[in-house]
Amino acid sequence: MAGRIFLKGNEAIAHGALAAGCKCFFGYPITPQNDIPEFMSSAICKAGGQFVQAESEVAAANMLLGAAAAGVRAMTSSSSPGMSLKQEAISYMAGSDLPGVIVNINRGGPGLGDIGPSQGDYFQSVKGGGHGDYRTLVLAPATCQEAYDLTRLAFDLAYTYRNPVLILGDAILGQMKEPVTPAKPRKENPKEAQDWCLTGAKGRPTRLLKSLFLDDGALAGQNLRLKAKYEKMKAEIRYEAFACDDAELVVVAFGTIGRIAKSAVRALRAKGRKVGLFRPITLFPFPSAALAALAAKGKRFLTIEHNLGQMVEDVRLAVLPAADSDFFSVLPGNMPIPDDFEKPILASLKGAAKKTGAPGKATKKAAKPTPAKAAAATKKTPAAAKIRGKAAPTAKKPAAKGKKG
Amino acid sequence: MSEKIVFQKPESVYDRATHYCPGCHHGTIHRLVGEILDEMKLREKTILVSSIGCSVFLYNYLEVDAVEAPHGRAPAVATGVKRARMDKFVFTYQGDGDLASIGMAEIMHAANRGERISVVFVNNTVYGMTGGQMAPTTMEGQKTTTCPSGRCPESHGLPIRMAEIIASLGGVAFCARTAVDTVKNLNQTKKAIRRAFEVQTAGTGFGFVEVLSTCPTNWRMTPLKANERIAAEMIPYFPLGVFKDADAEVCA
Repeated sequence: MAGRIFLKGNEAIAHGALAAGCKCFFGYPITPQNDIPEFMSSAICKAGGQFVQAESEVAAANMLLGAAAAGVRAMTSSSSPGMSLKQEAISYMAGSDLPGVIVNINRGGPGLGDIGPSQGDYFQSVKGGGHGDYRTLVLAPATCQEAYDLTRLAFDLAYTYRNPVLILGDAILGQMKEPVTPAKPRKENPKEAQDWCLTGAKGRPTRLLKSLFLDDGALAGQNLRLKAKYEKMKAEIRYEAFACDDAELVVVAFGTIGRIAKSAVRALRAKGRKVGLFRPITLFPFPSAALAALAAKGKRFLTIEHNLGQMVEDVRLAVLPAADSDFFSVLPGNMPIPDDFEKPILASLKGAAKKTGAPGKATKKAAKPTPAKAAAATKKTPAAAKIRGKAAPTAKKPAAKGKKG
Repeated sequence: MSEKIVFQKPESVYDRATHYCPGCHHGTIHRLVGEILDEMKLREKTILVSSIGCSVFLYNYLEVDAVEAPHGRAPAVATGVKRARMDKFVFTYQGDGDLASIGMAEIMHAANRGERISVVFVNNTVYGMTGGQMAPTTMEGQKTTTCPSGRCPESHGLPIRMAEIIASLGGVAFCARTAVDTVKNLNQTKKAIRRAFEVQTAGTGFGFVEVLSTCPTNWRMTPLKANERIAAEMIPYFPLGVFKDADAEVCA
């Protein structure tokens, strides 16, 4: 096995895709995800695959649909405004049971927003995103290694469930450089998708991949089949629980914000405060049962997000009525550092924070710390870390299967 | 006494009645496509990308593998299919609302990239399935449900001539406009679709055929009157012919 390589999060995703046997990549420029199509434009061709710079994100996502129909591992990537355009194809893919991997390196919004980090696309990612009643699996990496590992996993999940899988990162993850330990490239499974994909009807009945169901009861049947599939996906729930066992207050945060919050939690632990971190790795399906179990033990919760409060709704749904969750908001355009989170965590620990939470002000002084600085703050592997759920975000132990709460 | 078969359905066409209105040309064009798939022995390596509109149900009539594309996106979906499986035969079948309005970006760029796909474009100057609204190809003065007084160029522009536009793009190997209103034109259409398929199998480039077609229901005409309208009104504005044939001498 090759040694560690020094990669940006965006590149780690691209490397992960190649290691997973991705054969087609369809891209379109948008900041801050450009490293992915730029890297893929040559790398995937060297690997014997195909790169297309599409005319739009709409077209790129529909190309993904086409490659998926042909049963070939394929990916597209974008950032928030582009993700809005991809939703049409994602809905059709969900409705037609087509697998594919879609990467969103979240930037600020709404509208053109900015090009900095944000978690404003949480709702769009986990509640469907396009039209109709559907869900996509959503994986939220917090480190470059996890970005690499979860991208590999995303392809397996897409083909296991015949469903689109989203990787939800942000501008911090995409632009941050870290060492990544690569995995052995996947051995191709010649049987994958062969019982449903389109190859030309040679010596077998024709196949049809569609999302149109006009006959009486047909669409209801398809909706119920999809529902059953989403239920099965609960077997894939992954999360990181750090110092939660004896914690009085559990901080809930995902992605890079989860990682920054972990540093704050570690610092407060060092000061003897009983706080823990719960970091959902699968945002859909959401680790509701694991949170409910913590709530049943009498823990209090504080959700921290890089938005005005989106995941906090899912946290509350999970922990109510045994508990509720406070909320602390970091606004897009700001780069938080661990120190910014200590005050709100202590306030929640005292039970003093308002339930709705106010947008964080502490970020002003943090002006513009580099992503590297924020990452460095979380660099050490904590002895007290307890990884539950499937994904251990360390290089050595990728994706151990975890508890389904 | 032996029987002599003089007429048969192509192997690539299912033996079933279509949902199309009387006098609609879709059924005729479907059959031509089926005949060519048979003659070129392509049926078992074909992947059809169907579009949105009346012809979304093409997969009920052609016995080939098929995937349903969102409205206008068939050329993008076909790009994905073809790039994933370069050895397969991939074609789209699209109407004028689908291809020349909502799907304008996808058709232009697939053609310009020279994707090795073929496109059958059926132009009947109206949105058929949704009930006869104005299309980008609706003729000047033609009445539709969204231009009840007739298409007015001052507010709606002039009908778009797709074949001429597509022919101007670099990646296109074959581009023609035909009709199926007469036996002669029908034969020309078959030849053109065959060439649009051949440039794909030869790996030369993008193949495109625009077929002028009727929509008697939404034109509020009898099938006969609708058929007559092709020559009387459409062909003068949408001239028939081959606009590009990159290597006619090679494949002729």
